[in-house]
Amino acid sequence: MLHTFVALVSDKPGVLTRVASLFRRLNINIVSLTVGESERADVSRMTIVCEAPEHAAHRIKASLYKLEITVNVDEVGRSEAVIRELCLIKVEAGPSHPLGQNSRSQIFELANVFRARVVDLAPESIMLEMTGAASKIEGLIQVITESGYNILEVSRTGRMAMRRGQHTSRVMKALGGPNGANDDAKLTSAEILPNEFDDVHEEEE
Amino acid sequence: MAEQNQYPQLTGAEILWATLVGEGITTVFGYPGGAILPIYDALRKFPIHHVLVRHEQGASHMADGYARASGQVGVCMATSGPGATNLVTGIATAMLDSIPIVCITGQVSSKVLGSDAFQEVDITGITLPITKHNFLVTRAEDIAATVRKAFQVARSGRPGPVLVDITKDAQQAMAAFSFEAAEPAPARPHPMLKTETNAFTDAIELIRAAKRPVILAGHGIVESGAREQVIAFAEKLQVPVASTLLGLGAFPTYHPLSLGMMGMHGESWVNESIQQSDLLLAFGMRFDDRVTGNLALYAPNAKKIHIDIDPSEVNKNVKVNVALIGDLKKVLDALLPMLGDSPVAEDTWDRANEKSYGEPPTEWLREIDAMKGTASVRDIINLPDNGHLYAAHVINDIWREALDAGRLAQTVIVTDVGQHQMWEAQYYKHDAPRSLITSGGLGTMGFALPAAIGAKAACPEKDVWVIAGDGGFQMTASELSTIVQEGYAINIAVINNGFLGMVRQWQEAFYDKNYSASPILSPDFVMLAAAHGIDGATVSKRKDVTPTVTKARTSGKAFLINFQVEKEDGVYPMIAPGAALHEMVRRPTKDPLLETAEDE
Ligand SMILES: Cc1ncc(C[n+]2csc(CCOP(=O)(O)OP(=O)(O)O)c2C)c(N)n1
Repeated sequence: MLHTFVALVSDKPGVLTRVASLFRRLNINIVSLTVGESERADVSRMTIVCEAPEHAAHRIKASLYKLEITVNVDEVGRSEAVIRELCLIKVEAGPSHPLGQNSRSQIFELANVFRARVVDLAPESIMLEMTGAASKIEGLIQVITESGYNILEVSRTGRMAMRRGQHTSRVMKALGGPNGANDDAKLTSAEILPNEFDDVHEEEE
Repeated sequence: MAEQNQYPQLTGAEILWATLVGEGITTVFGYPGGAILPIYDALRKFPIHHVLVRHEQGASHMADGYARASGQVGVCMATSGPGATNLVTGIATAMLDSIPIVCITGQVSSKVLGSDAFQEVDITGITLPITKHNFLVTRAEDIAATVRKAFQVARSGRPGPVLVDITKDAQQAMAAFSFEAAEPAPARPHPMLKTETNAFTDAIELIRAAKRPVILAGHGIVESGAREQVIAFAEKLQVPVASTLLGLGAFPTYHPLSLGMMGMHGESWVNESIQQSDLLLAFGMRFDDRVTGNLALYAPNAKKIHIDIDPSEVNKNVKVNVALIGDLKKVLDALLPMLGDSPVAEDTWDRANEKSYGEPPTEWLREIDAMKGTASVRDIINLPDNGHLYAAHVINDIWREALDAGRLAQTVIVTDVGQHQMWEAQYYKHDAPRSLITSGGLGTMGFALPAAIGAKAACPEKDVWVIAGDGGFQMTASELSTIVQEGYAINIAVINNGFLGMVRQWQEAFYDKNYSASPILSPDFVMLAAAHGIDGATVSKRKDVTPTVTKARTSGKAFLINFQVEKEDGVYPMIAPGAALHEMVRRPTKDPLLETAEDE
């Protein structure tokens, strides 16, 4: 099954290699990995989507925490988080296309339906930008192809995830606030990671 | 910045040594070269003894042996490029057995990093998967804090190797040095390092319900210093204790509740009792494939309680019912008072005389006793002398000799890898923690001689024995010269069978006796020793074993004994790959009655 982990890691050279190397060592295939800045200057945020058996999640999380560079790890499910991906699609269309001028307007229409935006218009191509769940992006790509258009290039960022509601801010609070300052009372790890070993107990009886 | 002025200005090289002194280091093992010359140049100003090795693999094994013998962090160093890559096998050996070592490597100047400069190699990249963490330092002002952090990482939680790669320009540049100011923030505990209270309750429930419990004693007992707690636990509930290879000595072998080693070459009753158990208490061990046999058939009726400091070990190989995550000693300290009154009030253990009397106090212990069956009759140790010399004899006699001389607690055995390693585990009775040093996880041939040098450097007052095969000994035999240069009195027993014995045994069992590349020619080891100025003797008769061992031990100098043993001997019992733990190949016997009646 697909697991989605959000890892906060210290922003130092070589951090990406350490995380990637861990997954290679565990022989787990990374489906997508995005890295970027977070709300804290010294912390990068990674969303890692990987294919692994259900019971592997605990070990992946525990192993991620073993890396010295790891600040926090959270496994997020579909229902509790907003999961988005950004995609750029370049489609062949324009006056010289077999469908002529119509080609452009038809692509515009399709883009509209999927709430994609036209971000570049060239004599022989159109570039679309779309943000959404992976399935929506795949839907757009499929429709364009099935309508007889030639897709020239696709670039996808891979998924980014953020929990809905308060959860993430609670984590950041425990870490000492957005700016690294010590806010209020720190939460205990029990509050952040409820029922860590549920999967250990659940098996019997 | 103004504050900085009050600290002395030192070169990066001096800062490194000063930091090592501050961390309590008195000995390092290393080998110089271009990219680390500034560090070697500064060495003479500091009270640290440098042991010059003959190959950098020896340096990392020595740091490892030092750490295993003393419980302190071992330190090794090497130059960039080939010096650094030569450390790799020793680093991986320490990683697999969770041994705290810090490796310092020189690196080319930061100005040419990444340019394939002379002797440049990406050692932090190479060692990334075999270190707990590693660092590249390019500025003198970062050296103290990084090295202190390296020590903290190596020691804390589940210990392991850490590498610090220091560029030559950082070694040469000046910076202000303050040991105190370089102190790292407290180690970040693993966030999953916590145990729900209900896990304790669940554990107690399982323990109360168990009729056939077995403790699986691992290396974590030694690392955590939980020996007393484990003894208290075992005695309170009269639970028998089986040990992993690295757990030998963690629980005293003389204790009547000690079963011995489990796993691939464990005694039949040990594995049998694990298979028949209804509750396994795994104390600081990780269910390695060498101890479980076929996982699908492992202890099928047993509930499992796992106590370990590393959350990523939980449910990795064996699915457990309750996990108590944390330092074993602390967890047992919390668990012991919760056990309540002991269900078994009386035991039959005469503590003053360290002997048991009468029948074992529980039904389960009596059953285990009965499982021993014909094992002892089959044991080579109990068979009449047939004129041949067996490795089992040699190892048994080395143990006896130390015992009779009252030196058992003062003796450290360092083994290599192969048949002799398993015989050592079977026939040498380890009572004390850290009395056996062996490469378990990686199984590194060539480990014994250099690791013994590290052990002797850590514990000069102890008798240190190397027990190595003729194959593995030749892998790192160049370190004989190091022993002489350091004047170490290390005793060396080469178990010489003319074969890569363990390989030959597998070829005999699984490859139709096709002895492909397993016969091995050796030099005359006694002459080899003599060429180094080391005394030695060859022994091929049982009666000569003990006197020669005594001679070696009391010589006050290094001594090598070449034991010419039975060539095609096998280690038994043995579990074939894929077989369940109880499906052992028993010791072969010449007695037809035993063969038919008792053997399954
Ligand atoms: C560095 C290394 N290479 C290869 C092996 C595989 N191996 C395991 S045991 C063994 C044979 C060891 O022979 P020897 O040192 O003579 O000891 P014996 O088994 O005869 O006691 C070999 C080759 C290993 N463990 N380590």
